[in-house]
Amino acid sequence: MKNAVFVYSPEQLSYKFSDSHPFNHKRLLLTIDLLKNIDALSDDDIIPARVATDEELELVHDPKYIDIVKKAGHGLITAEQAEPYGIGTEDTPIFPNMHEASSLLVGGTLQAVDYVMQGKSKHALNLGGGLHHGFRGRASGFCIYNDSSIAIRYIQEKYQARVLYVDTDAHHGDGVQWTFYDDPSVCTFSIHETGRYLFPGTGNISERGNGQGYGTSFNFPLEAFTEDNSFLMVYEKALREVIEYFKPDVLFTQNGADAHYFDPLTHLYASMKIYREIPKLAHELAHEYCDGRWIAVGGGGYDMWRVVPRAWSLIWLEMNDYPIPTGKLPEDWLNKWQKEAPVPLIPTWEDPNPLFEPIPRKAEIEEKNAQMLIKALNIIRSEKK
Amino acid sequence: MIVEQIMKRDVYALTPKDTLNDALKLMREKSIRHIPIVDDEENVVGLITSHDVKNALPSCLKEENNPTIYDTPIEKFMVKDVIVGHPLDFVEDVAITFYESKISCLPIVSGGKLVGIVTSSDLLYAYIELTGAHQPSSKIDIRLKDKVGTLADVLTLIKKHHANVLSILVFPDTENNDSRIISIRIRMMNPLSIITDLRNNGFEVLWPNVPGVNL
Repeated sequence: MKNAVFVYSPEQLSYKFSDSHPFNHKRLLLTIDLLKNIDALSDDDIIPARVATDEELELVHDPKYIDIVKKAGHGLITAEQAEPYGIGTEDTPIFPNMHEASSLLVGGTLQAVDYVMQGKSKHALNLGGGLHHGFRGRASGFCIYNDSSIAIRYIQEKYQARVLYVDTDAHHGDGVQWTFYDDPSVCTFSIHETGRYLFPGTGNISERGNGQGYGTSFNFPLEAFTEDNSFLMVYEKALREVIEYFKPDVLFTQNGADAHYFDPLTHLYASMKIYREIPKLAHELAHEYCDGRWIAVGGGGYDMWRVVPRAWSLIWLEMNDYPIPTGKLPEDWLNKWQKEAPVPLIPTWEDPNPLFEPIPRKAEIEEKNAQMLIKALNIIRSEKK
Repeated sequence: MIVEQIMKRDVYALTPKDTLNDALKLMREKSIRHIPIVDDEENVVGLITSHDVKNALPSCLKEENNPTIYDTPIEKFMVKDVIVGHPLDFVEDVAITFYESKISCLPIVSGGKLVGIVTSSDLLYAYIELTGAHQPSSKIDIRLKDKVGTLADVLTLIKKHHANVLSILVFPDTENNDSRIISIRIRMMNPLSIITDLRNNGFEVLWPNVPGVNL
């Protein structure tokens, strides 16, 4: 059995809205190049993504919506006609062959699932996936097909396993949460910046699931300007308690890298420190509870030059038990990409210190997060008594 | 918004001759705190709250027990001069009534008959509907000068970005008397282009709006 596989096909880069759109999968290229430069990734580790079939997409999506996506990508409908489906908007513009490109991201996650669930590898990573905002019949927040929802349904049907979905993107994992809101065999866990201002606005602690699924949806909304320590305190305590409570067969993590100070869309003010710790705990718990079964996908991350390549590399390094890298990034990588980057690249694995001016009201923000954590976990803690 | 749009129409009511025990049981079964009391013609003649019931019952700490109290008719304990509302009342006015009269329930009467009930929880829910995110969206707060046309300027700018506005709230600015805060929910994940545009046009955008933290 392999330890871990890295799912990637160059064609995954065709999921591209425009040059100026914040979601840009060139991030994949930057990450792979960084990993290859430090000799942590070889071509033997990489398995190609496959195309998800319509039948697989229909595990979650409405056939009519799939048809609209196909038509939009082939120039058969106008932006106005596609808009009721969330396509052709500023967030999710139409681009050529958008159905094909989106299906390849979904298929990549399904490849990762098959490798892990068939015991061909312990862990699998598809950084092209993690499109957690996609809804049954509507694109939302840069996401067309929801690879994570589809993959979890696929795991349920093909492998009859209980899935814990852990979403550390700075935005609430709404699409996945609502897909499994009534389902007690999937537990969704999302830690994110509060939806008071940030998209999509949901992800309150009171969203706990519905009917049979009540108590299998967990949300940890953090204050703006939360910073590393408070983020990690909540993440570590919450994840340990939730996994102990739910006891999944497989761990599925969404690794959006948009909580960083540099990220233009969010306000959590985290640093590279959280991207060292997030996969570390996921890895540890996957071995403790799931016999190592850990599927990881990408997600958001809108500073693709200074944040995403370093953050995502750390997931792969953790999966393969490499020590956490320190010091300078490889010179070749820096020279190659600095030419294209509109901002000076960060030359080290660590962030500059200090990264920003001290935040006023820091103690209150931490206190509020700690209070939120107690309320969010109340359902587990009261059951134990 | 008017009362008939938010009131509960299936009202659990009792008659003056029903007993305290009936009220207690009904409150427990239906998880309610208020029961309108009606006569044979469905006229509201009283109201009993969980507070009234608790006050009427003997303390659980007392030794002596008085089982007959449970069989006493409600009319002995109920409030008789009940404040009632009408289906056409404005929800805002109901809120003022609740606040000023320190009550938390209003039986709704039309044609002399009990037709519904509104409680403080229903009012809160209506408020949640107003301010909540029911569709994926971002919210931006903007500090606006208190003068004609500024809101229109903001909305024209948003329209240029083809963004769909899901809700708008306007509230007083606690820090500045000559301005207001407007809070707009728009259906988009990346509001940066709108925010930049607003700032370039001289608007003060608070995103996020955390008082005391200006970053």
